[in-house]
Amino acid sequence: MMMTLKQQLDLLNSQKASATELTQEALQKAHALQDKLNAFVTIDDSSLEAAKSADERRARGENGLLDGLPIALKDIFCTDGLKTSCGSKMLDNFVAPYDATVVSKLKSAGAVSIGKLNMDEFAMGSSNENSFYGPVKNPWNTQKVPGGSSGGSAAAVAAGIVSATLGTDTGGSIRQPASFCGITGLKPTYGRVSRYGMVAYASSLDQGGPMARTAEDCALLLSAIAGHDPRDSTSVNRPVDDYETALSQGVAGKVIGLPNQYFGEGLDEGVRKVVDDAIKALESLGAKVVELDLPQQSLALPAYYVIAPAEASSNLSRYDGVRFGYRAENPADLNDLYCRSRSEAFGEEVQRRIIAGTYVLSEGYFDAYYRQAQRLRRMIYNEFATAFESVDMIVGPTTPTVAFDLGQNTKDPVAMYLNDIYTITANLAGIPGLSVPCGFSDGMPVGLQILGRPFEEGTLLAAGHAYQRATDWHTQQPEGL
Amino acid sequence: MALSADDLHRAAKLARLNVAPQSQQAQLDALNAVMEMVSAMQSVDTSDVEPMAHPLFQSQVLREDVAVEPNQRDKYQASAPNTDAGYYLVPKVIE
Amino acid sequence: MQWETVIGLEIHAQLATQSKIFSAASTAFGAEPNTQACPVDLGMPGILPVVNQEVVRMAVMFALATNAEIGQRSVFERKNYFYPDLPKGYQTSQFEFPIVGKGKVEIVLEDGSTKVVGLTRAHLEEDAGKSVHDLYSEFSAIDLNRAGTPLLEIVSEPDMRSAKEAVAYAKKIHSLVRYLGICDGNMQEGSFRCDANVSVRLKGESEFGTRAEVKNVNSFRFLERAINFEVERQIDLLESGGTVVQETRLYDPTKDETRSMRSKEDAEDYRYFPCPDLLPVVIEEADIQSIRDALPELPDQRLNRYQSQWQLSGDDARLLVQDRSVAEYFEAVANQADPKLASNWMVNEVIVRLDKDSIEIERSPVGPSQLAALIARIADKTINGKIGRQILDALWSGEASDVDSYIADKGLKQVTDTGAIEAWVDEVIANSPDQVQQIKEGKDKVMGFLVGQAMKLSKGKANPAQLSELFKAKILG
Repeated sequence: MMMTLKQQLDLLNSQKASATELTQEALQKAHALQDKLNAFVTIDDSSLEAAKSADERRARGENGLLDGLPIALKDIFCTDGLKTSCGSKMLDNFVAPYDATVVSKLKSAGAVSIGKLNMDEFAMGSSNENSFYGPVKNPWNTQKVPGGSSGGSAAAVAAGIVSATLGTDTGGSIRQPASFCGITGLKPTYGRVSRYGMVAYASSLDQGGPMARTAEDCALLLSAIAGHDPRDSTSVNRPVDDYETALSQGVAGKVIGLPNQYFGEGLDEGVRKVVDDAIKALESLGAKVVELDLPQQSLALPAYYVIAPAEASSNLSRYDGVRFGYRAENPADLNDLYCRSRSEAFGEEVQRRIIAGTYVLSEGYFDAYYRQAQRLRRMIYNEFATAFESVDMIVGPTTPTVAFDLGQNTKDPVAMYLNDIYTITANLAGIPGLSVPCGFSDGMPVGLQILGRPFEEGTLLAAGHAYQRATDWHTQQPEGL
Repeated sequence: MALSADDLHRAAKLARLNVAPQSQQAQLDALNAVMEMVSAMQSVDTSDVEPMAHPLFQSQVLREDVAVEPNQRDKYQASAPNTDAGYYLVPKVIE
Repeated sequence: MQWETVIGLEIHAQLATQSKIFSAASTAFGAEPNTQACPVDLGMPGILPVVNQEVVRMAVMFALATNAEIGQRSVFERKNYFYPDLPKGYQTSQFEFPIVGKGKVEIVLEDGSTKVVGLTRAHLEEDAGKSVHDLYSEFSAIDLNRAGTPLLEIVSEPDMRSAKEAVAYAKKIHSLVRYLGICDGNMQEGSFRCDANVSVRLKGESEFGTRAEVKNVNSFRFLERAINFEVERQIDLLESGGTVVQETRLYDPTKDETRSMRSKEDAEDYRYFPCPDLLPVVIEEADIQSIRDALPELPDQRLNRYQSQWQLSGDDARLLVQDRSVAEYFEAVANQADPKLASNWMVNEVIVRLDKDSIEIERSPVGPSQLAALIARIADKTINGKIGRQILDALWSGEASDVDSYIADKGLKQVTDTGAIEAWVDEVIANSPDQVQQIKEGKDKVMGFLVGQAMKLSKGKANPAQLSELFKAKILG
């Protein structure tokens, strides 16, 4: 029986279960399913100690918001004393001497992290096949990918190992795997959640966020991790909304825009049908549905694949084999140390993006590519801003298809990138996006994406919550695990 | 505008990556597929659009000038591949 | 052929903050390796920079002191290249939108004329760490304590036409940043570093020649020598039919030459782009005003004040104001003793001794109060100038500490007893009939000899002016 965070919290509050019991169970499942799913890079058995402390705090009545709840972290969040690999051979031996801000926040809320979750190397990927630790399998069908880059985070929740995890989303890396694995995932507004201690892929696009079974649990987790961080210059100094209260807003009276561009060519018919039904359900909950035309959305993929690699090429220069991370053996000289360490320890996709990013920033190409992409970014932003003057939310499928077979797209990067076609716009514009499970196509889960105005996570979560109270897609569980 | 082998080597050199001869063509093909997809943006007229570097339209928050970081050299160097006497060591650089 | 030298300088001034530009690690010089390098400075995964407010304030002070435009919205960008002492693989700097725009400073040339040198810009950036190459036979050792130390890079227009002008400009900037208190100016420790862009062209030519950038100059003397060497090298090259290549050259002070470090062909493509971890730095008008209100008195203002308040000569005043510490030392003396005398003693004695011993005025063995006490004893005629210099030597060497007790102990007090003085004068007149005759014939210059003889008899303690008067009276009647 899979539970939500809320249900587990009720058990703890009513003393029907202890944090130690919940954590023990989570650890057992994690170990038991590791061969099958490969969701974890590190399973942290010492988390039982943290669970015991949580039980003691609860006994003393000193429990925090998430006290004693077992969760797990994408292996991109630095954890003091526990390996943070970012899915890469480069950081296979890296133990951060600090906690990411969100990790400290979760710790101080009392959450118990049972380990670090598998992911595409440096968060570059849409299938979790780019991990140094091997691909994660989709719990609904282990022949299928779980999505990426937060594939381990999605699979661990879908398989019921933990009720909630943290992921990161640079071009859809929370929402797409959430969609593929039939769970709920929220990419918050850029700047809402601190990036300190979160290994950078593309700094102006990266944002950490919750992945869970329900919108309600996402609200709970977001409350714990959101907020200004003086150590992150790009975290926004504005009060954090009360997301749990916001949940009760519902969706009645809200105007929902359906962009033609999210329902056009490339959208799988099965997915379209499921999403259409979900939209009808929202209408029946009182939402007003209007059509939208967002022609600039087609510019998002090109703009993204210039900006993200450009930033990545610079962000990943620090991995040079000098101060941490992988170092090639017996380097002939400094240049050999650099080139071999990086070539031996970065995977193919990471190297491809570094080279593409270096190219678009280099002399003679900067204006045609990087600067042009930044201009398109503003056009996309402006288009959203205009749209949000007349609609409260923008809704569509999270991905054009359901989860595909392992190995299906690995030879064709562009086909792989097309998976993110509906999600990357939110990263470029910095707006929040939620994916909620809304049905199945070919036996695999389908996600409904809800985009909103900056800092209106509450509105999205309320819509998701209202939808989940009226439907039971989010309670479906994979069989045969 | 397709990348040539020279372009690939130039970028790889700047990025301190080796290009193995046997994978050069595959790398070029993949990169060019990506760049072709990207090149769709070249036809868009953006002459009156300001570049957008960041989704936050705010200014930098400034930090007070206080030196409060403790010395944690040993902890920071625990993951380092080669250190001695507090230094990070690299193959000798000849200037 | 008549050649003209064209020089522009890039000066890196380390800003005198407590903590680094993007981290809270200390900037103190000389710590054990890597003990002042925190995760931000080490470029560790996931770690983010936050801008130190003090560096912004200091850059604005510099802008105000050089009548420069202030970039009210400046942007940090990344300059990408690999080097072991550059931890992130990029230097966070400013490029398209620097914090300080066009400005100007006035320099005084050797002939006393003035010249305005244009400032192109000044921008904030982080310093790199240090690579130590001589500790290990097979390795270079990396110390990142300096990584992240704030720098203000001050770029001049190519307005200088000689090494001397370049030095005058560099000294002017040095003086300014020290006055503003934004840089300690220590060239030995690398707090103030000059790179010179040097080119030559035929007189009358309007295009600039190809320039070489000369690096690693850590004193004003070396700056002058490095530029002169480079100018000669380029002229020799051109006159023998060669061409100058654009390159970076390193000055080697032991050989007094510059040599090629890297040519333009291997120049990096730095791929500048706005740093996505930082937001634009916006400076409000009110902030600028409050920084302006708090600006200290600057050298040019102080120069005017010395001339009007104390009637010092332009040359003396200029020498005194150039270095803020010298000026402050001087003012401490001038406030306790006659300012004119104080100026003379500073210019002719103290500064000369400091230069001779190559020490900074902060470490002067004689403090302002001691010098003031000495000058007071000269002013009230307790001692004469010659004895004064003797006492200053004693103070300098540490033999003396208190002026008055030294005068008393050594019996250096000027003799004012007219009886004794008359006796010395009479003795000299008796022993020097030839010279006495010459004075009677109007040869005044010989007076110096007579006074000197009398001074000898007095063991230096007579007042020479008084002696001279007495000789005149006795010989000429």
